[in-house]
Amino acid sequence: MTRARTSLLPYLLLAPSLLFLAALFLVPLLQTIGLSLTENGELSPANYQRMVGDLNFVPSLRNTFVLVLVVVPAQVVFALAMATMLQKLRLGRDIVLWIWTIPLGVSDLAAGLVWLAILQDRGYLNSALMALGVIDGPTPWLTYETPVALFFSVVAAEVWRATAIVLVILVAGLQLIPREYAEAAEVFGARPWTIFRRITLPLLRPSLQTALILRTVLAFEVFAVVYAIGGRNFPVLVGEAFVWQTDNQNTGVAAAYAMLVVVISLASTVFYLRALRTPPEQQP
Amino acid sequence: MADIQIERVRKDFGAVRALDEITLHVADGEFVALLGPSGCGKTTLLRIVAGLETRTAGRIVIGGRDLSDVPTRNRGLAMVFQNYAVFPHMTVYENIAFGLRMQGADTTRVQAQVKRAAELLHIEMLLDRYPAKLSGGQRQRVAVARALAVEPPVLLMDEPLSNLDALLRLEMRADLKAILQEAGTTTIYVTHDQTEAMGLADRIAVMHGGRIVQFDTPMAVYGRPQSTFVGGFVGSPPMNFIKVDVTGGQAKLGALSLPAPVASGSVLAGIRAEDFALVERDKGLPFNVLVVEPLGSHALMTGRVADQIIRVVAPPDTAHAAGTEIGLAPVQQRIVWMDAGSGTALGRSA
Amino acid sequence: MNALRRIVYATGIIAICAWVLVPIYFIALGAFGGRGGVFAWPKTGLPDRVLLGAMQRFLEIEGVWEAALNSVIAAGLCMLLSIALGAPAGYALARFRFRGANLYRLLILMTRAFPLAILALPLTVSFIRIGLYDTPYGVALIHTALALPFAALITSSLFVGIPRELEEAAWIFGCTRWQAFLKVVLPLALPGIAATAIFAFVISWNEVFAASILTVRERTLTAYLLKILSESPLHYRFAGGLLLIVPSVVFIFAVRKYLFAMWGIANR
Repeated sequence: MTRARTSLLPYLLLAPSLLFLAALFLVPLLQTIGLSLTENGELSPANYQRMVGDLNFVPSLRNTFVLVLVVVPAQVVFALAMATMLQKLRLGRDIVLWIWTIPLGVSDLAAGLVWLAILQDRGYLNSALMALGVIDGPTPWLTYETPVALFFSVVAAEVWRATAIVLVILVAGLQLIPREYAEAAEVFGARPWTIFRRITLPLLRPSLQTALILRTVLAFEVFAVVYAIGGRNFPVLVGEAFVWQTDNQNTGVAAAYAMLVVVISLASTVFYLRALRTPPEQQP
Repeated sequence: MADIQIERVRKDFGAVRALDEITLHVADGEFVALLGPSGCGKTTLLRIVAGLETRTAGRIVIGGRDLSDVPTRNRGLAMVFQNYAVFPHMTVYENIAFGLRMQGADTTRVQAQVKRAAELLHIEMLLDRYPAKLSGGQRQRVAVARALAVEPPVLLMDEPLSNLDALLRLEMRADLKAILQEAGTTTIYVTHDQTEAMGLADRIAVMHGGRIVQFDTPMAVYGRPQSTFVGGFVGSPPMNFIKVDVTGGQAKLGALSLPAPVASGSVLAGIRAEDFALVERDKGLPFNVLVVEPLGSHALMTGRVADQIIRVVAPPDTAHAAGTEIGLAPVQQRIVWMDAGSGTALGRSA
Repeated sequence: MNALRRIVYATGIIAICAWVLVPIYFIALGAFGGRGGVFAWPKTGLPDRVLLGAMQRFLEIEGVWEAALNSVIAAGLCMLLSIALGAPAGYALARFRFRGANLYRLLILMTRAFPLAILALPLTVSFIRIGLYDTPYGVALIHTALALPFAALITSSLFVGIPRELEEAAWIFGCTRWQAFLKVVLPLALPGIAATAIFAFVISWNEVFAASILTVRERTLTAYLLKILSESPLHYRFAGGLLLIVPSVVFIFAVRKYLFAMWGIANR
C-alpha cells in the first residue's frame, strides 16, 4: 500500500462521473451560450432581440413568474402543514405517508393529463358544479378566453403534483431535529404554535432551503403540465423554447429562452442561499 | 507468537503533532495497555500498528519483521474494535470464520477453530444467529472470538469494553483476562479507563499529548507516578499534591516534619487518599473537613489543608463530620515528591 | 374539545389523501371509459361502465408499444449509467478525505440550478453528428446527466451509513480493499443502491422536454404523448397518462423506505 496509490484512489473514483458531467453538462451549457449569442456563425444579439420582440415573450415571462410566485409558496405552506400533521400521526403513518408521496412518481405530463380529465368541458369539476346548480351545462375553462380559470387549473395541477417532493424533503429534515428541543421548549411553557415558529422552523432552515431551490428551479421549467392542460393557450418560457426549437426550427432563439431560464434559476438559487443561510456559529 | 517493536513513530496531522517519536517494546506474550485521556494519541498509535493509519516517520517491527509498509491485510494481526465491527449480514459462525476463510483454511480447520473460539467465549449457542439479534455484550464476545479464531500472534484492542454497561464490563474484563492469559497472545489494549488498564495489563503505557509519559507495571504506575499528570490520571480519587516548603532538607506538614529530597524551596508531596492516618488535630497536618461521602467500603472526605483541597479515605464508620477539623499523618514511605515547577518526580526521599 | 380537535385532524388527513388519490381515479375512469365515457354528461364519478377495450385499443395504436419500449430502454440505461458512474463517486465522498471533495459536492449541487432545457438544445446537434439523435440511447445519456448527481449524493449517504470499522475489520482479517468492498460494503449497501437505481429510472421515465427534442421517430412514451396531445381524442390521452403513471407509482412504493433517508442526507 504505497501512499501515492491511496491518495489517488478517490480521484480515480470521481473521474468517470466528472468526465461524464463535463461532456453532457458543461459542454452543452457552453454550447447553449454560444448558440444564443451567434447568428450564422457570427456574434450577434439577434436571437435575444427576436426573443424579446416575439408576441409571446411578455406573456410567457409574466405567466411563468406569476405561476412560480403562487405555486412555490403554496407548496411550502401545504407541505409544512402536512409534515406537521404527520408528526402527530401514530396509527397508519406509513400508509398515509405513502399516499401523500404518490405524486412524486407522476410525470408533469401525466399530472397535466390527470387534471385535464377533471377540468375538461365535460369533466368532473363541471359535473359537480352542475349538481350544485352553479352552471347549466358543459363549460370550457381551459381556453385563452378564460385565462384566470386556466391559470388556476395549472396551479392546481402543479400543487397536486409537486408538493410531495417538498413534503419528503421537509419530513426528512424534521427527522433530523432531535425531539428534545421541542420538549425542552414545552417544559418552559411554549405552546405548539410558538414551538413551531421559534424552534422547528429555524432548525428546519437547511431543508427549507433545499426544497425552495429545487422547487423554484423546477417551477421555472414548467412546461408539460401547461401543455397537457391548456395547449398553447398559456405560454410559458420553456414552452416557448420548445416551440422555437421544434416548430420554428430556430435553435438560436430557443437557446436564448433557455439562457433566460438559467439566469433566472441561478439568481433565485443565489437568493435562497443567502436569504436562508444558517450562520456557521448557529450550526449544530 | 511475536513481540512488537514500535520505533520512533511520529504522526503529524497537518501542523498538529499527534504522536511524538513514540518508542515502545511489547514483549512476546505480554499484555500492554495504552492508557490516556481522549486525544492523547493512543488510538492513533494502535491504528498505526494495525496499518489502518499512515505514519509520518518511524518503524513498526512485529516478530522481527518490519511491517511498516506492509498493508493491513498482510500483517497477520487480529483486532477488536470499539463498536465491535461485527458484520451484520453474516451469522455469528460466519463472522468468527471470516479471518480463517480469508487465510484459505480448510473446512475442518474452520469448524474446529470456530468451535474452540465460541466455547472460549461461551457463545456456542449463538452461532446461527445474526448480530442484530444479539445484545451488546454478546456482540462483544463475537468480536473477540473472531479475533482469537485466527490464533493471531498479535491482538489489538481499541476500547473494547467502553460501550458495555458497568456490570457487563466487570464480567467481560475478568473473562478477557482469563482467556488472554491462557492464549498467551501479545496484546495492545487501548483504554481511557484506568481501572481496566490496571486490572488487565502486565504493563501500562500512560500517554499524554502524543508521548508516553510512563511505562511500567500497574502497581508502579499507581504507587510511583513519574509526574503529577500520571498521579492525577491514574487512580480514583486522583493523587493529592500538597504544596510544602522545605528548609534544611525537612518538609514541614503542620506538626509533622518529614525528610525531603531537596535542601530548600517549594515541593509537592504526592500522597494517595488512602495513605493518611487520621490523628488528632495538633498531632498532624490540620485538615478541615468540608464534605463526607459514605461509599460503603470506605468514606471519602473532601477538605482543606491550608488553602488546598485534598481528598482522604477514611474507614466506613468514621465519626468525623463536615465542619470538624482533624489531623492527618501521611504514610511516609509512600509519599512521592514532585518538583513544584515542572511537576515531575524528584528522587526518593532519603 | 379534544374529541372535536381529533375529528378535525382526522378529516384533514383523509381530505389530503382524497386530494391525492381521487384525481388518479378520475384519469383511470377516463382511460377505461372509452369515447363514450369521456363525453358522458353529467358525470357521476362512478365507474358505470369499464371498457377494457378502450385501453386495449389505445395500446394497439401504432407507436405506443414502441414508445413504451423506448422509454424502458432509456430509463434502464439511465439507471445503469447513473449507478455505474455515481456509486464510485459516492464511495469516494463517503470514505476519503481529500482535497476537492467539497468542490465536487458543490458542483454536483450546482447542477440542480441548471434546467435540462439548456442541455438538450445543443445536444441535438452533437447527437446527430455521432448518430445518437433519435435513439433511446441518446435520451438515456442526457437523462443520466440529470440522475447522476442524485445517484452520487444518495450513494454517498448510503456508504456513510455503513461503519468504516466494518471495512477495516475486513482488512485486518486479510481482505484487499476490493474484497472488503465486495464482501462487506456491497451486501449492506445493495438495497439502498437498488432504491437509487429505481429513483434514476423514474427520473428518466418521467422526463418530457429533452426526450421530446431528441427524438422524432424513436420517441419515448412522454415524447409520444406530448406529440399526440393536440391531435388525439381525450380518452387516448387519458389512457396514455395512466400508462405513464402506473409504473412510477409502483416504483415509488418500492423505494418508499429510502425516500426520507435519501433526502435527509442530500440536504447537507
